[in-house]
Amino acid sequence: MQNIVNPVIKVQDIVTKFGDTVIHDGVSLKVNKSEIFGILGESGAGKSLLLKEIIMLMRPYSGTIEVLGYNLNKIKYSQSKNLSRQWGVLFQFGALFTSLTVAENIALPIKEYTDVPDYLIRQIVREKLNMVGLPIRAASLYPSELSGGMVKRAALARALAIEPKLLFLDEPTSGLDPIGARAFDKLIVELRDILDITVVMITHDLDSIFTILDNMAILADKRVVANGSLNKILQSTHPFVEKFFKNEYISKRFLDTICKTDKDKL
Amino acid sequence: MKTKHLYTEKERNRVKIICKRDWTIYSTNKISKEFISIKKDISDIKSAVFDFSKVEEFDSAGIILLIDFEHILSDNGIKVDITGFDAKQKRMLELIEAGYSQEELPNRYENPLQKIGRVTIQEYKLFKDFLEFVGQMSVSFFRLLYKPTLFRFKETAYHIEKSGLNAMFIIALTSLLVGLVISYQSLVQLAKFGADIFVVDATGIAITRELGPMLTAIVIAGRSASSYAAEIGTMKITEEISAMRTMGFDPYYFLVIPRIVALVIAMPLLIFFSDIVGIFGGMIAAKMQVGISFDFYIKRLQEVLDVNQYILGMIKGPFFALIIAATGCFHGFRVTRDTESIGIETTASVVHAIFFVIACDALFSIIYTQLGL
Repeated sequence: MQNIVNPVIKVQDIVTKFGDTVIHDGVSLKVNKSEIFGILGESGAGKSLLLKEIIMLMRPYSGTIEVLGYNLNKIKYSQSKNLSRQWGVLFQFGALFTSLTVAENIALPIKEYTDVPDYLIRQIVREKLNMVGLPIRAASLYPSELSGGMVKRAALARALAIEPKLLFLDEPTSGLDPIGARAFDKLIVELRDILDITVVMITHDLDSIFTILDNMAILADKRVVANGSLNKILQSTHPFVEKFFKNEYISKRFLDTICKTDKDKL
Repeated sequence: MKTKHLYTEKERNRVKIICKRDWTIYSTNKISKEFISIKKDISDIKSAVFDFSKVEEFDSAGIILLIDFEHILSDNGIKVDITGFDAKQKRMLELIEAGYSQEELPNRYENPLQKIGRVTIQEYKLFKDFLEFVGQMSVSFFRLLYKPTLFRFKETAYHIEKSGLNAMFIIALTSLLVGLVISYQSLVQLAKFGADIFVVDATGIAITRELGPMLTAIVIAGRSASSYAAEIGTMKITEEISAMRTMGFDPYYFLVIPRIVALVIAMPLLIFFSDIVGIFGGMIAAKMQVGISFDFYIKRLQEVLDVNQYILGMIKGPFFALIIAATGCFHGFRVTRDTESIGIETTASVVHAIFFVIACDALFSIIYTQLGL
């Protein structure tokens, strides 16, 4: 993809701590326009916290975060409303509103933020359901009547409802069956290709990591220890990267991908 | 000047519709309004071409709108073509057309009869669930008699502290105020007959026999029934209760019995405390209003307040406690997977607990009167 100089997200020297427990100690990363960016790291490395800081649910102890050109430390209330209209967030456990049906969940941001006529809202809802692979009959169900995988798809449909330029996904494929997970990956790539949206995802899914991520940052030891495309990551010698990527299982399973990236390098 | 999204070039029975500017979710309303006015002008044509090449920005909502227009026109017998798509727009069109249909979204409508039926079945189930809960609870208690090691002292002690000890302040406050008010109001009436001293009889008996137990029960119902329902309900949502069951821990011994026993122990103590504070409130009012000294008040109280009155009030305590704790736990177990039901069940637990406490009190009244106590 094209590299635009001005990054969509710029995170600089983030420090996060709770009392004496330091989670991030100088985390910096950049996400360019229309790339699929992965945040990786072992559990407890603060991936979800970093995501929360980027989407303004938490304030870091120090450091600056810029999203779509807004500095989150100095952002005004009206600007923050404007910003949250431009992104969609898929939470790890869906976070659908329990008192609304799936169709109402998806229609909610459309009704709040746009003047789309009602008949078209219904079309859009059906379209989103179809896009994420949910049957039409799911529209009238309440979140408590859905399975875990369906909740996730419905939540993605809601995140996509007002056509965000920026999409945040917290472990999008966890809890999905392998076929569903690959379809999910395919959909993300497709949306990125067609609409030029930027995707930031936290993931542990090896297939996603090896097939759809353009760039990634690896959080370990409270910092970003490796950063960039897959083949740049594979050159890192940090113990976590070694453990995560250079084990027997991975080299057997993703031999092709690794050889290909090595070839590209040459 | 306002620029439009749709321009038409008409030649005989053909029309070319040129699409311009942005076709995004934010402009769909304007575009569909423009389309309606265009449609009136082109009722006599045979074929239409949408030219999409001048569109500056698009998203899936814009494409859905375009497909919709195409369907509206072709339903009217007009042949429709779309030109000027770039590769991305074409892919989007394919992605959307694959799932396009005019089928209505399913709707949840139920007529009043269905609703009455559903609610009736729901209430019937509630009743059945309640019987089941009472049965389970009783069985658990009886098993406890054979195997006392199942009893969990630590949890029970914890709940005595949480629902009993920590409630003392609020009970003191409400009892003191009620004692003051009762005494004061009685004095106003009794002073008319010059029977000031009977205020001691009135407050003493009213508080120990009725008001102390009732007041305590209502405060505890608001405080503990709700917290039991919410605690157990949340544990159900997070599947902690399922985890307990699979590990072979019976939630009745872990959650229900300690709460019930704790409240059954704490309640009489709280009533005792409430009685004292309530009478103290009465003493203050009597002293302030007609100058009855504390010494005299207590002396008179000892003469007129039979210990029976106090015992009759205390007997109600464990029964109220059982009602409150059981209602709280029962509603906690009724929480389903969604967060909304926590609110519903918590409210229900308090409402039902207070109602049953009052009903139980009425029952005691009848029994006491029949027994001539």
